[in-house]
Amino acid sequence: MWNSETILMLMENTGITLYMTLTSTIMAYIIGLPMGIALVVTDKDGLRPNSIIYKLLDVVVNIVRSVPFLILLILIIPLTRLIAGKSYGATATIVPLTFAAAPFIARLVESSLLEVDKGVIEAAQSMGASLWTIICKVLLAEARTSLIVGATIALGTILGYSAMAGVVGGGGLGDIAIRYGYYRYESDIMWITVILLVLLVQILQVIGTRLSKKLDKRSR
Amino acid sequence: MEAIIQIRDVTKTFIGRDNQVEALKGINLDIERGNICGIIGMSGAGKSTLVRCLNFLEKPTSGTVLIEGQDLQTMNDAQLRKARTEIAMIFQHFNLLMQRNVQDNICFPLEIVGMKRREARKRAAELLKIVGLSEKARAYPAQLSGGQKQRVAIARALANNPKILLCDEATSALDPTTTKSILALLKEINARYGITIVIITHEMSVVQEICNQVAIIDEGNLVESGSVEEVFSRPRTRAAQKLVFQGERSTMEMRGKRCIRIVFSENSSFEPVIGNMVLACKTPVNILLADTKDIGGIAHGQMVLQLPEDKVTAEKMIHYLKDRNLTVEELTDYVE
Repeated sequence: MWNSETILMLMENTGITLYMTLTSTIMAYIIGLPMGIALVVTDKDGLRPNSIIYKLLDVVVNIVRSVPFLILLILIIPLTRLIAGKSYGATATIVPLTFAAAPFIARLVESSLLEVDKGVIEAAQSMGASLWTIICKVLLAEARTSLIVGATIALGTILGYSAMAGVVGGGGLGDIAIRYGYYRYESDIMWITVILLVLLVQILQVIGTRLSKKLDKRSR
Repeated sequence: MEAIIQIRDVTKTFIGRDNQVEALKGINLDIERGNICGIIGMSGAGKSTLVRCLNFLEKPTSGTVLIEGQDLQTMNDAQLRKARTEIAMIFQHFNLLMQRNVQDNICFPLEIVGMKRREARKRAAELLKIVGLSEKARAYPAQLSGGQKQRVAIARALANNPKILLCDEATSALDPTTTKSILALLKEINARYGITIVIITHEMSVVQEICNQVAIIDEGNLVESGSVEEVFSRPRTRAAQKLVFQGERSTMEMRGKRCIRIVFSENSSFEPVIGNMVLACKTPVNILLADTKDIGGIAHGQMVLQLPEDKVTAEKMIHYLKDRNLTVEELTDYVE
């Protein structure tokens, strides 16, 4: 079974997993980052307290996060079909992945931004900084290492989700693991995919940790 | 001339979940242009809230704040932000951007007013020279000492040529020597650029060091204000007296059993040895007997002192006296 065909298939699916993970993470950040910022800004101690917007976002985030990914995957098949044109395959899987990860990322961003020293925000206000300036140059800039750590966590989680999508023919390494290991009892291929997934998570984690350390100017 | 800062009947009430706190209860105060005004009070007196009302970081519940005759209350968001660029502020914990180096921290307020990067860098270099930190331009705040951080904060505050500088406990996190140097810098800035400075502090020494005007806040009320000499030499209210005689302990009974005899033979009679010792050790002694004469500027005679109970302080005092070439002799059972 160790023919070139198998190796090619494993390589190809590693690529597919990376494609799904990275694309969904980016898409999820496009939605989740503004949500996280909005949560911090509209919080009752935030820069523009607004309990209606805050509660709305809070509830949406909690609802989506409390649905297990596997269920969500099936639940939003009509939406996936609407957006991607079909409900299976790697590209289609990006839709539920994004949908599931965005609220998670919103929470990660929220907790990162809340770590920013209130005094620094007050100082910026005292200088006449606008809300936009404070968000970009104080909140996001000061929280950058924490945001990168959060992004690394998000990537790991989304990678795990993408493997789960294999159950419904999502493609990628998870798909291989289920098809060969579960349906065809070829456990050695399953083991290989597991090792590949572990390696991917390790590599992402190392890159994330290095990057956040390099960018942190607080201790040197 | 009209006062640069006019505070009229300002009140501020914080409404909590099940209680409300009246932080300010109708404050009236005028601060003249070019003054260094100290606002002093015990912690929780409302002084930090008051200073935040001067740039509307806290909006007063009622009353008005006029800066150069302009009512901050009537301004819209953009006007208020514009006004704030002329009312700079420094803080107890410096509040620098930790992820930016020193020069970029100073450039931050310049970015806010839309200055070009190159110009801002040039201005930052000038400001670093003023605060004496030119060689630290590329350092990050984490690499600086407290005093250096406050100097950067001062440079940053001066960036947009403010008319007013608000200092919220700016020296409270610093050691005495650094405090002195920061106060000297503030004084110099006031003299050189005519910036009106408002200093919030709980330390009398800060006010004595650089202020010419003082206001005393107690439990949300302004209890006394005027020139520093006037208020400090004749504090009228209890709150003022408490502050002015800060650290002074009420007459207590001396219980120390240790007594010493000191013999003066070669000390200058102009040197208040006992007084200095008490100040240095911050603990009183009881003079049981004093029989000294001034002979040609040299003190002669002896004294018997009852030392405080605390062993360390007592030892410190004996050491202090021996250091000044006095003969010190412990009396085992002194009975008068």
